[in-house]
Amino acid sequence: MGRYASDFRGERHVFRDLAELLAKASPRRSGDELAGLAAESDAQRVAARAVLADLPLTRFLEEPLIPYEEDEVTRLIHDSHDAAAFAPVRHLTVGGLRDWLLSYDATPGVLAALAPGLTPEMVAAVSKLMRNQDLISVASRCRVTTAFRSTIGLPGRLSTRLQPNHPTDDLRGIAAATLDGLLYGTGDAVIGINPATDSVPNCIALLEMLDGLRERHDIPTQTCVLTHVTNAIRIMERGAPVDLVFQSIAGTEAANRGFGVDLAVLREAREAALALKRGTVGQDVMYFETGQGAALSADAHHGLDQQTVETRAYAVARAFSPLLVNTVVGFIGPEYLYDGKQIIRAGLEDHCCAKLLGVPMGVDVCYTNHAEADQDDMDTLMTLLAVAGTSFIITVPGADDVMLNYQSGSFHDALYLRSVLGRRATPEFEAWLERMDMTDRVGRIRQFAPQEGAMRRLLSGQDESLAL
Amino acid sequence: MPSDLPQNDPWRGLRRSTPARIGLGRAGDALPLEAVLDFQLAHARARDAVHTPLDLAALADGLEGLDHVSVRSQAADRGTYLRRPDLGRRLDPACAVDLPAGGWDAVFVLADGLSAKAVQLHAVPLLRSVLVKLPGWRIAPVVLASQARVALGDDIGGALGATLCAMLIGERPGLSVADSLGVYLTYGPRTGRRDSERNCISNIHPSGGLTYEMAATKLAWLMTEARQRRLTGVDLKDDAAILPAAAEPKAIEG
Repeated sequence: MGRYASDFRGERHVFRDLAELLAKASPRRSGDELAGLAAESDAQRVAARAVLADLPLTRFLEEPLIPYEEDEVTRLIHDSHDAAAFAPVRHLTVGGLRDWLLSYDATPGVLAALAPGLTPEMVAAVSKLMRNQDLISVASRCRVTTAFRSTIGLPGRLSTRLQPNHPTDDLRGIAAATLDGLLYGTGDAVIGINPATDSVPNCIALLEMLDGLRERHDIPTQTCVLTHVTNAIRIMERGAPVDLVFQSIAGTEAANRGFGVDLAVLREAREAALALKRGTVGQDVMYFETGQGAALSADAHHGLDQQTVETRAYAVARAFSPLLVNTVVGFIGPEYLYDGKQIIRAGLEDHCCAKLLGVPMGVDVCYTNHAEADQDDMDTLMTLLAVAGTSFIITVPGADDVMLNYQSGSFHDALYLRSVLGRRATPEFEAWLERMDMTDRVGRIRQFAPQEGAMRRLLSGQDESLAL
Repeated sequence: MPSDLPQNDPWRGLRRSTPARIGLGRAGDALPLEAVLDFQLAHARARDAVHTPLDLAALADGLEGLDHVSVRSQAADRGTYLRRPDLGRRLDPACAVDLPAGGWDAVFVLADGLSAKAVQLHAVPLLRSVLVKLPGWRIAPVVLASQARVALGDDIGGALGATLCAMLIGERPGLSVADSLGVYLTYGPRTGRRDSERNCISNIHPSGGLTYEMAATKLAWLMTEARQRRLTGVDLKDDAAILPAAAEPKAIEG
């Protein structure tokens, strides 16, 4: 391990190794302070960025941050690195990559071809040299398209996860929240429930209810109950209707072990889901969640700053061709991201880094009640992310998740973003909304009177299950 | 839907099935103002619950007839507490001298956690309900703890030499309930206990949560079993199916 030093504008700064250099170059955040990794002063932070800027990208191939022998995520990153794809930027420094990514040469086609040649560490490093507008500019040029029953990530589109959670998994309550969301035109990325009770029979009951609702109305989307991957395997063995396999993942082998998973079990679950052949326009069957702070909270961060180790999780994700990935950016709490400023920055970093690596990133634009954040911060972040081209956002009734006790996006937020930025739902879902007579002449979601067609159609056929 | 058509509101029946904010209606793309203000009030109450300090004097008044001492963690203020959960788990060394070591069967710690309001409202009634179910137990003076995370009970229980520590602590406020109390029971409390070595009773509050009596019954059962079997945690939880059903515990705070 080399030492990294600089005489930056007359001040001498020394960094022990690559991990420390990356950590000190990171924008300030509470999780790195908690871990004792953050820069000791603002000046030291800038000096670290200056050293990082001069570092050749090839250094990240020569010097793994976590030893190859110790960590299967490191092995995955290095074994799957595509040297041919890397060739066009091989000669660059981290700072040179930043400038090149912002140049007019970095077109969507060029960036898509580059993705397999980039490692998470290179991407994390360059993001530390980027301002928020750089993160938005670069991400907006990345195209990552995935498909199952709908096609997510096409230019000009913004999809939504409809998240109809209920504190006791009441089927009627979940169906009610789902219908509410559909009436705002949300759910084209997935209708996905976080179950309150993580048992196999309960998850099967939820899956069957969602699948029945989807089939009855012929909705071109996918459903998911976000249970542990090992539960999903058992649920598929019992023949329940599983579209997508969900799992929370992180950027180190030890952190993934904390989630009770490894690469082998993810592979096994993906193969089982592929065998069901339930997709119509594609067969991307995995759904992952990530989030800065996950590795540190499992004490499995190996001395890496939280943004660098988060980016390594995207290497895990891309190995399984996921339909959807989202960072739960503000969920994990103020000890990792203290306030709106830190949440906004992290959301833009996670989105940009994932997209550069070819991962279909969406964002749970969210916060908890003990963070210094509010709806104004979420408005800012979701608007920036929609400009940056986020694949999807998460939406719940009135922004209030009554099961997980945090605030996410609302169905109304989706209407707002689609209106002000002209973003549309997936082509398949858009056609369904038209068939259901839910859109007006310019494609906006109509506001329904209770007696009206779309409302009646969606609520009818529910009479038995909902006892309206 | 338009609020001038309440008799036609198709959400009226569905609202009974979920506390979620469904059928809010629209002002263009946006939420109607009434829904915006409802949300802001709920968020304000949740934030107030997080940031209002524990009123130790009022809590002590409620404990009339019971010995009690006050302690604090190493987190000096709320900002530090929120950023540094590690400090909220450690006892301020200056407080250790106030904790009389003895052969206590159990100590009850009333701790602010993330909602002082929950502790202020519910901890004393719950404590009194459970104490009458524990005749003959040697109970340590009640400890009132500020800027406290769950694991602070390990330092407290360790200093007292108590066999069991029951931490009554404010849970992270949600928009619907800002005063939910949780109880964490630890056998052989000492610094470094893992969260998997505790039992948790969550969701104690009057807005559809566990009642004091239900929570007290459950806690007294757990304490009795823990003392007999000399353990808490996952191995004890396996037998807890005989207890009244409760909502799943949330992730342990701190």
